[in-house]
Amino acid sequence: MIIGLGHYLSVGAILFTLGIFGIFLNRKNIIIILMSIELILLAVNINLVAFSAFLGDIVGQVYALIVLTVAAAEAAIGLAILVAYYRNRGSIAVEDVNLMKG
Amino acid sequence: MILQAIFFYLFAGMCVASAIMVIAARNPVHSVLFLILAFVNAAGLFVLVGAEFLAMILIVVYVGAVAVLFLFVVMMLDVDFAELRTGLLNYLPAGFVVGGILLAELVFVVVAKVIQPGVAKVITAPIPPASAVNNTEALGLVLYTRYVYYFEAAGLILLVAMVGAIVLTLYHKPQVRRQVIAEQVARRRTSAIDIVKVKSGQGLS
Repeated sequence: MIIGLGHYLSVGAILFTLGIFGIFLNRKNIIIILMSIELILLAVNINLVAFSAFLGDIVGQVYALIVLTVAAAEAAIGLAILVAYYRNRGSIAVEDVNLMKG
Repeated sequence: MILQAIFFYLFAGMCVASAIMVIAARNPVHSVLFLILAFVNAAGLFVLVGAEFLAMILIVVYVGAVAVLFLFVVMMLDVDFAELRTGLLNYLPAGFVVGGILLAELVFVVVAKVIQPGVAKVITAPIPPASAVNNTEALGLVLYTRYVYYFEAAGLILLVAMVGAIVLTLYHKPQVRRQVIAEQVARRRTSAIDIVKVKSGQGLS
């Protein structure tokens, strides 16, 4: 019953896959897509911290801290864009985001 | 050791289950709440592995700030979320294909992982023993010395994000009249009132 590195990496892999799956499953709801991105970044953080702990190197935790910062900034900017978009268009459906015809 | 295993499976299971509920919940408010649960359980995993500082930061930053931000936005926008869920099944096959391939690849990596024996020699900043230095202090000793530029870059990113979010969302309604205190203070008696001598019997033209 020794919990090793593989256990933590498995949790990270499952969370990462769930995040990817969530993006596909909720293609129309951009709020859930943002939450799925947060899940993906959490999975990355779990991997970094697990490697840091099991290899005995603290730099992994420093890196996880920076990933956390970027994730928080990304959430703030993403939600700000969402609010600005909703004010202009009155909708947050992803299909309606076609102003630039990309 | 058995206790550690029990708690690992508790935290990991709850984390995965709530992550499933995040992407499957009908109501986005429930999604946000399950996201909070997932992050709290991930913080439990961090504590289990010995990264206490990151666990607390995860709770402070995610549960205290990001999740509340999500909750604000979900409740502020008047959106028909049921309509957004239509056509869910159209994307299910593609999601299963991509997610399945990704999971298979990740499982192969985890199963086939071999840590080379030389890895232990190239460790840049070894974790000091927990009896001498606790996790927060160990992290600070490295973060504020060798990685101080990364730390400042992270601060700069947060500043830019804050300014960006304010610029994106702040707007003034054009017809609203606002108090301008400088104009009020700069106003003098001469500009405010006019003394006129009015002769009796005559009005003011």
